[in-house]
Amino acid sequence: MKLPDAEALCQQLAAELRPRIGPKSAMVGLYTGGAWLAERLHAMLGLRTPLALMDIAFYRDDYAARGLKHDPKRTKIPFDVNGAELLLVDDVLYSGRTVRAAMNELFDYGRPASIALVVLADRGGRQLPICAQHVGARVEVPAGMRLTLQRADNGTLALVLESERAA
Amino acid sequence: MQRNPQLNANGELQHLLSIEGLPREILLQILDTAESFAGVTEREVKKVPLLRGKSVFNLFFEPSTRTRTTFEIAAKRLSADVINLNIAVSSATKGESLLDTVANLSAMQADIFVVRHASSGAPFLIARHVKPHEHVVNAGDGRHAHPTQGLLDLYTIRHYKKDFTRLVVAVVGDVLHSRVARSLIHGLTTLGVPEVRVIGPQTLMPLGVEGLGVRVFNDMRAGLKDCDVVVMLRLQNERMRGALLPSAQEFFKHYGLTEDKLAAARNDAIVMHPGPMNRGVEIDSTVADGPHSVILPQVTFGIAVRMAVMSIVAGN
Amino acid sequence: MRIHIRNARVVDPASGGDAVGDLYVADGRIAEEFARPDRVIDAKGLVLAPGFVDLAARLREPGFEYKATLESELDAALAGGVTSLACPPDTDPPLDEPGLVDMLRRRARALSRARVHPIGALTLKLEGQALTEMGQLTDAGCVAFSQGNAAMPDSQVLWRALQYASTFGYKVWLRAEDPALAKGGVAHDGEMATRLGLPGIPSFAETIALGTLIELVRATGARVHVCRLSSAGAVELVRRAKAEKLPLTCDVAIHHLHLSEMDLGYFDSQCRLEPPLRSQRDRDALARAAAEGVVDCLVSDHTPVDEDGKHLPFAEAEPGATGLELLLPLALKWGEAHKLPLAATLARITTEPAKILGLEASRLAVGAPADLALFDPRAAFRVAPQTLKSQGKNTPFLGYELAGRVRYTLVAGNVVYEA
Repeated sequence: MKLPDAEALCQQLAAELRPRIGPKSAMVGLYTGGAWLAERLHAMLGLRTPLALMDIAFYRDDYAARGLKHDPKRTKIPFDVNGAELLLVDDVLYSGRTVRAAMNELFDYGRPASIALVVLADRGGRQLPICAQHVGARVEVPAGMRLTLQRADNGTLALVLESERAA
Repeated sequence: MQRNPQLNANGELQHLLSIEGLPREILLQILDTAESFAGVTEREVKKVPLLRGKSVFNLFFEPSTRTRTTFEIAAKRLSADVINLNIAVSSATKGESLLDTVANLSAMQADIFVVRHASSGAPFLIARHVKPHEHVVNAGDGRHAHPTQGLLDLYTIRHYKKDFTRLVVAVVGDVLHSRVARSLIHGLTTLGVPEVRVIGPQTLMPLGVEGLGVRVFNDMRAGLKDCDVVVMLRLQNERMRGALLPSAQEFFKHYGLTEDKLAAARNDAIVMHPGPMNRGVEIDSTVADGPHSVILPQVTFGIAVRMAVMSIVAGN
Repeated sequence: MRIHIRNARVVDPASGGDAVGDLYVADGRIAEEFARPDRVIDAKGLVLAPGFVDLAARLREPGFEYKATLESELDAALAGGVTSLACPPDTDPPLDEPGLVDMLRRRARALSRARVHPIGALTLKLEGQALTEMGQLTDAGCVAFSQGNAAMPDSQVLWRALQYASTFGYKVWLRAEDPALAKGGVAHDGEMATRLGLPGIPSFAETIALGTLIELVRATGARVHVCRLSSAGAVELVRRAKAEKLPLTCDVAIHHLHLSEMDLGYFDSQCRLEPPLRSQRDRDALARAAAEGVVDCLVSDHTPVDEDGKHLPFAEAEPGATGLELLLPLALKWGEAHKLPLAATLARITTEPAKILGLEASRLAVGAPADLALFDPRAAFRVAPQTLKSQGKNTPFLGYELAGRVRYTLVAGNVVYEA
């Protein structure tokens, strides 16, 4: 099945977001796919507030079953969350648990004025009442497969399907 | 031969008892995880919810305020509940055996036991008898091991020196009685430090210490030559008895770290100490407070490292 | 009872004989062939040997009855094929009084199991200060005098004790260990103790004390048996002393023939032993010395310890291992590894210890006491608490598969054990 062009979706999202950028706007990208996307969007939108990158490893709800994921990255939020209008950026929206964990973590840093969710692809299958304000495309994912974002050596982004069992 | 009791059937860390026997990958996992915890203290809410609802029991059979406090802070930063047991004044003095004490606590739904004990091997005995969901973290057993101290020392070295494979590290002082030294030596050799030296008098060197993969020096200046890292061990007062050393002054003369002796090391050498320091015995104040010293940062790193250890074992 | 044992592989260490044949028992002794036996034992596939003689088995009475009793341990002895054993004096109270020795012998005799030969205390309360009444203790049944595992710090007292014993021809059995050098130590001072952070007992604690002991034997002429050698250095000292024809003999505990400091693993308190398990080099030297005969005999050093005594951190655990039922299989394993003929292997647990005890030599000849062991050298078993009759289930060999099971044990011509 043919997946949408991630680069094109990026352009589309940037165009959609441009009108709503204000002085209090700040962007937070979720490792790893969301971080790549956020880096791209942050540059395209010319945001003045530096980009924040977040790892939700310590806020996941499946710690009891899976333990601590290997190689957690370090969350860096180089601005004051209090009163910020946040754009939370991730590559694929699925069950909604990642976004919930991200919001829990953000609130441990302060009280934002608002959070809008920006995703490249929404594959449905929500398990929590979460929705994205800005979606690049809706994508149907066959059973047993996973939708991920990949970045080539030259920086080009692409959506790919992988088997669930691929590590 | 038995399987390493620290690792579960999947090779994951379920207890932290000793650095010896842990594969490189696990040591690096702990150091990397500690790094991601390092930023937690700079936030408004200095906690992450990983161990919320879990209980950490501090079982200190040997008194210690510093180590116990850092474990308590680390556990609370992980949102765990912490219970401190001052064993010295409780059941053990009434003659209750170590295993009975643990069994009673286990009945109170413990998740992690942080244990410090005067007898080498005590945490191994405990780990053989706890329930599957209970985890043991060794906070120091006799002379054998102090793995979280070893890990925070490794973390400190990595922080300042980056690449283990190019370093000369010297450990100075009472190696014979030091669990800190043993843990650090195992960590350094596992992570590929090409030259680990121990410096001290023959009376304070264990028999066959070369078997741990170290070079022995009795002359401090020769031992410190071109070192990148100098780790000073604490000398306890009891060591003046039993004919091991004549006096603290004599020890300081030969093995106390002064600016003059430190000059033999490299210009950018760092000086470490597990604390608490005996100023004027193992280290001179000018060095302890000087530009080479990273003794205070060690303490901060210790919290992140202990957070990493507890969150890794509790999840396995 | 008149017994005819048929078709056994009869191994007689005294003569070196090893052939299939029959043996007859009557009136408590080995007899000439007779017709109409009361019992016939078909011993096809079994080895018939003199009953084993163990120079060190702790029966835990008096004083330690919660660890084990005479009944349970003498049962264990018979299950192990041991028909004569010597028990060390470190009971509570120690065997330093004729009355205690007498009571012990009577209790043991009344049980009609293995023969018990008490070793008397060399000094009062084993404190290493005042001599015991060795004459009276000998009359009560002591066959030698020892300090058990207790130290003898004052070499002046040691000298006098040896002089006194030598005067009357009493034998002295001693472990060689300098108490000051061994103080606080719980493991061999070497690579393993360094890794595990355990206080160590250096090998020279043994060799220095042994040097002193040998010098005193030279000076006094006392007959000394050195107990539980643990180091290669000690083996060399004994070799030289024997070359000089000094009246010295020695033994090694079976554990030290097979295990070393490496077996401590992750602080396995089953390996907490006195003397400690030393290096692999020491172990190999002891095993070779036993094959050469520099080490005269093997002992079990049977020491039952209850579970609570072992479920402690290594340095706090009680030292000792159970061993009566493992003496045979471990001796056979050692003998096979050194390619010794079976008669030579068994000599180390029959004729040689019998000589040291001063017993009628264990031999399979007409007229000798019928203390016999019939065993299957190929029978394998797993060492587990259920397979041990001793109350002491403490052994480093738990879980091991060993070969060598006793099927019948006879003492004074009576079948006192059969499996």
